[in-house]
Amino acid sequence: MHFELTKEQQMIKEMVRDFAEKEIAPYASKWDEEAIFPIETFKKMGELGLFGIPFPEQYGGSGGDTISYAIAVEEIGRACGGTGLSYAAAVSLGASPIYYFGTEEQKEKWLVPMAKGETFGSFGLTEPNAGSDAGGTQTRAFLDGDEYVINGEKCWITNAGYARQVIVTAVTGKDERGKNIISAFIVPTDAPGFTINCHYDKMGVRASNTCELILQDVRVPKENILGDPKKGFKQFLYTLDGGRISIAALAVGIAQAAFEKAIQYAKERKQFGQPIAKFQAIQFKLADMAMQLELARNMVYKAAWLKDQGKPFTKEAAYAKLFASETGFHICNQAIQIHGGYGYMKEYGVERHLRDMKLMEIGEGTSEIQRLVIARQLGC
Amino acid sequence: MNIFVLMKRTFDTEEKIVIQNGKVSEEGAEFIINPYDEYAIEEAIQVRDQHGGEVTVVTIGNEDAEKELRTALAMGADKAVLINIEDDVENRDQYTTAKVLAEYLKDKEADLILAGNVAIDGGSGQVGPRVAELLGIPYVTTITKLEIDGTNVKAVRDVEGDEEVIETSLPLLVTAQQGLNEPRYPSLPGIMKAKKKPLEELELDDLDLEEDDVEAKTKTIEIFLPPKKEAGKILQGDIADQVKELVSLLHTEAKVI
Ligand SMILES: Cc1cc2nc3c(=O)[nH]c(=O)nc-3n(C[C@H](O)[C@H](O)[C@H](O)COP(=O)(O)OP(=O)(O)OC[C@H]3O[C@@H](n4cnc5c(N)ncnc54)[C@H](O)[C@@H]3O)c2cc1C
Ligand SMILES: Cc1cc2nc3c(=O)[nH]c(=O)nc-3n(C[C@H](O)[C@H](O)[C@H](O)COP(=O)(O)OP(=O)(O)OC[C@H]3O[C@@H](n4cnc5c(N)ncnc54)[C@H](O)[C@@H]3O)c2cc1C
Repeated sequence: MHFELTKEQQMIKEMVRDFAEKEIAPYASKWDEEAIFPIETFKKMGELGLFGIPFPEQYGGSGGDTISYAIAVEEIGRACGGTGLSYAAAVSLGASPIYYFGTEEQKEKWLVPMAKGETFGSFGLTEPNAGSDAGGTQTRAFLDGDEYVINGEKCWITNAGYARQVIVTAVTGKDERGKNIISAFIVPTDAPGFTINCHYDKMGVRASNTCELILQDVRVPKENILGDPKKGFKQFLYTLDGGRISIAALAVGIAQAAFEKAIQYAKERKQFGQPIAKFQAIQFKLADMAMQLELARNMVYKAAWLKDQGKPFTKEAAYAKLFASETGFHICNQAIQIHGGYGYMKEYGVERHLRDMKLMEIGEGTSEIQRLVIARQLGC
Repeated sequence: MNIFVLMKRTFDTEEKIVIQNGKVSEEGAEFIINPYDEYAIEEAIQVRDQHGGEVTVVTIGNEDAEKELRTALAMGADKAVLINIEDDVENRDQYTTAKVLAEYLKDKEADLILAGNVAIDGGSGQVGPRVAELLGIPYVTTITKLEIDGTNVKAVRDVEGDEEVIETSLPLLVTAQQGLNEPRYPSLPGIMKAKKKPLEELELDDLDLEEDDVEAKTKTIEIFLPPKKEAGKILQGDIADQVKELVSLLHTEAKVI
């Protein structure tokens, strides 16, 4: 057992924190208020190699590990939840599936520019009638000569408005037992018949880009199928397992920001002749928040470590995501509570954390779905 | 060009200083590259990229300083040297540091040595100039601009807000002032590559020095925190009364007159 970050991990943490404090945090309120996707900032993050952390050098990455990546997500999320979400989705959902399942040609063509931060990629799974029940996908694809023809609709797809390509899941047939066979396709966003609308008005993570996709007879070459044509379902489950680690890390980052504001405020705010941090009621809140943060972060690191070791991590990723998002929501709520009326005002920037945090309990599998995943791992 | 950077690992400026047993407690504190040394590292990398050569970052410290050295390597320095004298020399000051650094540098044929203009912890601003003196080379402190043409050098100094332009020649030591450049963030590939770059560790023995040669020339009598800042006082009334009251307070309360 060994609980220390390596020198590289520490350096990454410091670098990303430094970057996020200077280049992201000062603008986070504005990006939230005006729902601005900070594309210039993402370019800088790309130049620093942040989009390539968990990918090997041969694919344009920097050969870091999942722990380093989780650290980076946490630090970006600490500055801005929306920026953190788009960063995490770009790496975990846009790029990772191609790294896990893509052919050499697909990696060369699609992964390398993403790892270098030159392009964005998205992952289109959710549909208006298939959210938690992603197997209930209604989007269809059929082979016509050398091309697949795809029809369907996707909703709430992160970064699609800036993406060069979207990985789209679609039903391609039925197996012997009559269950849908789902495949994944790499669909260039400039393909004819592919419409992308990004006008959702979100509660939180407003700096993140979220879009609706409409595919009408969109044709992609046969070789754009990603991985095993029959195992699209298994593949996205694996992708989501990895993504959950990053959502958990993001929740920790957002909660950390809320906690830091709360403790600072509690030391400064005086009522009844003393700083409210002197009241045990406030101290207990802060103690719980600090403890929950530490436990959540440890779970994130453990899940990431298991993934890096090539060990099973489905259950631990679900633990991490579920615990970090639910305690994170509690932490953000308590941070507002400690701020009293000021916390309810946008100016103080604490309420944003709660709005951003709410998504962590929904995206990449709701809390209920995490419990299902865990229960299944327990053999129920 | 053979370029050296003198770097110090210091307390994070945002750290709260705690004094324990007459010493500044380092427990749980965050450490960083001295911010002025970051300018020096950045400038060294830029000079190398423009004129070719090699950048070596040198620090005197213990094994913990490896992280800051690796960070400098991640920014783009080529080599790092850690001179660890902690076990060999009990009493150390700026004289010690300068003497050890000069001894290390004397046969390195450095063309350019860069340092920070001051370390934000001790704040003496002595190490750079002392090293230059010991090496017998010119030095320019608090520079905000550096231009090198062959062996000719033009440097702009910040003199309390004014600028002074100095022409000199290599070999040269300069100390960096804020405004010299905008230090880069170490990139991810840089951080990963830093692992494989050479980091040499030296002790006093390796420099043929004895403790007596480098013992501190100064003695620390006492370390104490500045008095807690009291809330300010706002004087009221018309200007003439305020001035009168201020003068009287300067005499009686502040006792500065
Ligand atoms: C900002 C944002 C970004 C997103 N980005 C992406 C993206 O990039 N790519 C993508 O594919 N999707 C994305 N999503 C979609 C997200 O993954 C889904 O919203 C999520 O999976 C939940 O699906 P749903 O919204 O359809 O809710 P539903 O599945 O309709 O769930 C509604 C409620 O019912 C509960 N529920 C459902 N089934 C069960 C069950 N079996 N047992 C108990 N409770 C159940 C849920 O937990 C939830 O509380 C994004 C969503 C948002 C809001
Ligand atoms: C939308 C809105 C509308 C409002 N409308 C009105 C109005 O119409 N009229 C009006 O007069 N006011 C109004 N208020 C003010 C509201 O009543 C105060 O915000 C509330 O009383 C809390 O005071 P505070 O914000 O100064 O928080 P603080 O008193 O500073 O409290 C900060 C935190 O410290 C805790 N705390 C404080 N003292 C103690 C203690 N002794 N022991 C333990 N914990 C303690 C609090 O519970 C809180 O968690 C409004 C506020 C809002 C946000």
